[in-house]
Amino acid sequence: MVILWTDALIYCLVVAVIFLSFYVVRKPQFKRPLRKICHNKSGMLSLVFLVFFMMIGLFDSIHYKSDESHAKPIISVLDYWMTPLRTQGEKTYSAPFATHLYSKEMVILDNGTKVWRYPRLKYAGAYLDHPEHQKITDIVLKSGQGFLKGIGVCAMMVFVFWGSNRYRQIDSFVYWKQSAVSLKLVGVLVAMVIVASFILIELSFYYHIFGTDKVGEDVFYQAIKSIRTGLVIGSLTTLIMLPLAITFGIMAGFFRGWVDDVIQYLYTTLNSIPSVLLIAASILMVQVYMANHAEDFTSLIIRADMRLLFLCLILGVTSWTGLCRLLRAETLKLREMEYVQAAQALGVQRSKILWRHILPNVMHIVLISVVLDFSALVLAEAVLSYINIGVDPTTYSWGNMINGARLEMAREPLVWWSLTASFIFMFILVLAANLFADCVSDAFDPRRA
Amino acid sequence: MINYMLRRFLYALPLLMGVNILTFVLFFIVNSPDDMARMQLGQKHVTQEAVNNWKQQRGYDLPLLWNSKANNPVVETIFYQKSMRLFVFDFGTSDSGRNIGSDIQQRMWASLAIALPSLIVGLLVNISMALLMVLFRNSYIELSSIIICVILMSISSLFYIIGGQFLVGKLLRLVPISGYDTGLEAIKFLVLPVMIAVVSGVGSGARWYRTLFLEEVEKDYVRTARAKGLTETQVLFKHVLRNALIPILTGVVVVLPLLFMGSLITESFFSIPGLGSYTIDAINRQDFAIVRSMVFLGSVLYIVGLLMTDISYTLVDPRVRLS
Repeated sequence: MVILWTDALIYCLVVAVIFLSFYVVRKPQFKRPLRKICHNKSGMLSLVFLVFFMMIGLFDSIHYKSDESHAKPIISVLDYWMTPLRTQGEKTYSAPFATHLYSKEMVILDNGTKVWRYPRLKYAGAYLDHPEHQKITDIVLKSGQGFLKGIGVCAMMVFVFWGSNRYRQIDSFVYWKQSAVSLKLVGVLVAMVIVASFILIELSFYYHIFGTDKVGEDVFYQAIKSIRTGLVIGSLTTLIMLPLAITFGIMAGFFRGWVDDVIQYLYTTLNSIPSVLLIAASILMVQVYMANHAEDFTSLIIRADMRLLFLCLILGVTSWTGLCRLLRAETLKLREMEYVQAAQALGVQRSKILWRHILPNVMHIVLISVVLDFSALVLAEAVLSYINIGVDPTTYSWGNMINGARLEMAREPLVWWSLTASFIFMFILVLAANLFADCVSDAFDPRRA
Repeated sequence: MINYMLRRFLYALPLLMGVNILTFVLFFIVNSPDDMARMQLGQKHVTQEAVNNWKQQRGYDLPLLWNSKANNPVVETIFYQKSMRLFVFDFGTSDSGRNIGSDIQQRMWASLAIALPSLIVGLLVNISMALLMVLFRNSYIELSSIIICVILMSISSLFYIIGGQFLVGKLLRLVPISGYDTGLEAIKFLVLPVMIAVVSGVGSGARWYRTLFLEEVEKDYVRTARAKGLTETQVLFKHVLRNALIPILTGVVVVLPLLFMGSLITESFFSIPGLGSYTIDAINRQDFAIVRSMVFLGSVLYIVGLLMTDISYTLVDPRVRLS
């Protein structure tokens, strides 16, 4: 097993989220917002998609060294599962579900004559004798197989869930029953997602669902691999941003005086530089550094991973100012509250007041801004990659896919599939994140209680 | 008033100094000028002579902060020559030898020509959409427009541009796909980018203005206005809109100076010779001098925007006094 830097941070994040959710579920002040989230249909449905994407991202974060002598020696568990997609590359462009190449070529027939025509693809639907007639039936057949497999897995899950639920304690059962409406809906959606992904997996082993790109790589595989990049940018940046924003914001609000002045000066200065330019400048410097210290970044994948990490770092350092300002304003309000003054009068240590009275009471702002920032960061990644200051060009990401697809729109006939694939995947993730963010901010906003 | 402005101006100086020091650290301390020279000249087979030559041509051969050999040890340094000179808007020459200051002057009008119409049209569209949503609140019209807004928000701006160029420029052939011209001829090149900028901003914009209006709608004076017997439209346009204009206006004033900087993505897609595409080209060519100047210019404009916001507050809202 090989642990890359971003992998390690993702594991940290997962552990942190598990601890945090245990903490949140047990605290009484979070009961009402949590229930509100459970009752929100669009919120729960988008959560299903988010969790699904996160699972893919997690499986893509467990890397190990493969034995096969391939260009990329370090692969992830997801890569292993998708081996056929990864290795069965065609020669160049091919349309979704195509059995023939995108461009005509000179083909030498068995009897030695040369013909100028569309050659068959090496892998996709290669077992069909007469693809023109058999393709549709074969696609239906294969998706039927996938459908049955998906239904089977769903039935198994229902069985397990139902079996374990029967012996639950009474009170937890009541708690679930209150949100029963959403739960049923969520169950149906989970089943649908599982069935749909099984159909897609089954089909992708025999065809290129989203076609292939210029060098013949499967576009569906690229889009799936990009999920991890999007999630890493969205979540690791927050991990880096939060400590800065929380410490500085609370300290500025609570201590006031010169501490406040210094922190305000710091974030106004950072804020006054247009963020794209600051990111560009920092990434340029990282590029120079990496070019001059090439010996530290031996493998291509480690190099790309470091660049991703640097990008998260830079985005984190440039984006903490907004949250910091919000937290400062809230802390200024909170420190005048009676319970904080009472604690001060009783001689409680300042650090203890910060930890026990201020921090829990600004947590809702932190939560809301984390989920709100997520979708913005995923969108920002695409833009930054487009102007070459985002992730490494060898990393799979939606931004890089769009960047590559830009010139394809001018081709004749049109190559639309790369762009469409990245659009669909990005849209689902960002839409789900936006809907969930709405739901969370609705539930945690005290003004809307 | 003048006293106040002077004080704000003095407050801006340490901010700019901070920006300056930050960029100095980023560009000259994290990586030495030698590293930059090697990056520019290609990694391998670079002689020290070529590096020195490159540095000398661009004035990077001075010490960073203190030059003990020169008769004026502070002036003859990179920090003074490259960073302090920015304060008098002397941007120097780019790494490829062009005068950055005159480039900026020449290019900023194209940026403005595209950014200003986008801002104005976008503002009008967003506000009217938001007003409509508030007028029909708690109805299916509002619900569906909120859903549309969320969907519009979730699409990356890149797709709007690529889709718009493909649909309007390539399929319908209404306007040229990209390019720019001077004078009135420019209009046909500007229609598409402005339209795309408006459409891509309407999702988040309309939603944001809607929350502003909704906050106002729940206030007491609105109830009083209704109690007087005013119709809903009268209340909205005469009372709510006018009061909500205060946060809207101040939000707009902040970005006004930054319009000169242009939009990186739009300008590069439509190949408009503005400051945005200038910056992108500089980033791609790794021309550090231009990026450094643009960082400084951007923060100057932002700080000017902040100052203008404070002043506009006092102009539109009589409750706010300068102190």
